[in-house]
Amino acid sequence: MLAIDGSTLDFKRLDRLALQNTVIHRIDARVKVVTTIVFIICVVSFDRYTIAAMLPFLSFPIVLSVLGNLPPGYLLRKLLLVIPFALAIGLFNPLFDRQVVLRFGELNVWGGWVSCASILLRAILTASTAIILVAVTGFPAICAALQKLGMPQVFAIQLQFLYRYIFVLTDEAVRVARSRQLRSFGRRGLGLHQFGSLIGHLLLRTWERAERIHMAMLSRGFQGEFQATWGKGRLGRDDLFFISGWSALFVFFRFYNLPQFLGNLMTWRIP
Amino acid sequence: MHMADALISPTVGGVLWTVSAGTIAYCSNRVKQEINDRKIPLMGVFGAFVFAAQMINFAIPATGSSGHLGGGLLLAILLGPHAAFLSIASVLMVQALFFADGGLLALGCNIINLGFFPAFIAYPWIYKRLVGRPLKPSRIFFAAVVSAVIGLQLGALGVVLQTVASGVAALPFSSFLMLMQPIHLAIGIIEGIVTAFVVLFVYRARPEILDAALRSQPIGQLPQRTIVVTFLVASFTLAGGLSWLASESPDGLEWSIAKLTGAEELPPPSSTEHVRASALQDKTAIMRDYAFPPDNENENLSAGQTAPLSTSVAGVVGGMVTLMMCAMIGLLLRKCRK
Repeated sequence: MLAIDGSTLDFKRLDRLALQNTVIHRIDARVKVVTTIVFIICVVSFDRYTIAAMLPFLSFPIVLSVLGNLPPGYLLRKLLLVIPFALAIGLFNPLFDRQVVLRFGELNVWGGWVSCASILLRAILTASTAIILVAVTGFPAICAALQKLGMPQVFAIQLQFLYRYIFVLTDEAVRVARSRQLRSFGRRGLGLHQFGSLIGHLLLRTWERAERIHMAMLSRGFQGEFQATWGKGRLGRDDLFFISGWSALFVFFRFYNLPQFLGNLMTWRIP
Repeated sequence: MHMADALISPTVGGVLWTVSAGTIAYCSNRVKQEINDRKIPLMGVFGAFVFAAQMINFAIPATGSSGHLGGGLLLAILLGPHAAFLSIASVLMVQALFFADGGLLALGCNIINLGFFPAFIAYPWIYKRLVGRPLKPSRIFFAAVVSAVIGLQLGALGVVLQTVASGVAALPFSSFLMLMQPIHLAIGIIEGIVTAFVVLFVYRARPEILDAALRSQPIGQLPQRTIVVTFLVASFTLAGGLSWLASESPDGLEWSIAKLTGAEELPPPSSTEHVRASALQDKTAIMRDYAFPPDNENENLSAGQTAPLSTSVAGVVGGMVTLMMCAMIGLLLRKCRK
């Protein structure tokens, strides 16, 4: 019961983080979306055995979360929830890929372990940037940015509607689930049959709600599009600096192995 | 199951992004043209409904575990394929952003796996054919279970194909298939039963809703067939291109950049800074592929020759230094901000 409440609270907290006003929050949403995409493409384009060359990319989520005033513990907790899936597939790698690719003295490291670690690092990098993007931009602004970048209007409206009603309906679902739990005994009453009619009721209520909403919107002059009020029209100097600076850095990190260079400097004398 | 960014290559992610963006554009157009604007709020609110319904668990009989609704097929049954596809795509986008479920590059894969298959394959070709007219509870139940199973099997197959084509995970195609399909058979049956219960409830309470949904889109209409055929042709063409790409070069990005800049090197710059920088680059570039020797070198390794210990150590040391630098940047910025 607490788990459901917890997950909606978690969701709302991420949404609220976007309401802050920091250097990062003030950057144009389009710029942040495009930069994040460049970041992700650079990260996932690495060879499957890459670990060290990917590490400089950690600077992006770190800088954004610090400058965007995001709570690190919260981000880490969210990250821990998503990583298991990628890791579950990655853990098969050591079973199938037993080629020795690294050797430290007597210790042979299979390619599978290296690629598994690489998958873990990819998961951390890509998942954290996605969460951070929402936390420093906000969902409505991301939708508006995507619409400006060419997303169809109907889909943009769909996303806006979804976003508005997620909060209403998840609250309702939480109440429904709680009252079911209070009335059930052990596992009785939690079965498929009860679930079917429970969800069915929720569905019909939702349906009627949607019709009321639509009538209310029509009577207030809704003509099939939302008026976007967020975001500036033109990109400012900070925006251009942000996108060009980070993109250049990502391309540099992608094609120039910085950690290897640093390592070579540090271990100059080892043969 | 959601595809994750960590498991896909940019080529696979990009291709499926393109395909799903095309399908979204097509569906948006269709919804705009043919459906009364009453359906637009309905789509949005139903997306939110699926989101909310996924939070409520039910006990799976005879297993002791619990599950939740997927919702793709349910939306297709209630809204019809085009509106359902948009609705599912929007739910997946919120999940990708707020929960990092899947990821932004893998979003295209997930929209195809979890949206396209239930809305454009399972619903029109299986559910509608099986359910027939007039509506009967037993047939609704049967049709929902069969189409949910087929939709999820196709989705799972999609995950396997995309993962194998990306080549990040080492799991071979056949083993991965053997792992995914049976699990999704079980999930599909449960999903089908739950969907059937909900649809039957709606059928008893408001039969006109189901009737209207069925009537709105006559079966086997040309556009729907066109979209499936277009999807298949696009996928096969791209898959052919992909496998060729994969054999030419394992790294799509480097390949495309090499193609962009052409085979020739850029003319060497003359300023002293540039010369110094390129000298530095030459020195480090030799070590670029550190510690991961190509295949022929690997044979040497197994033959017992000395391993490139220095480069692996350098990689580890360099990695640690980089990590510390990232952490330092974070801490410094934090200090400065306060």
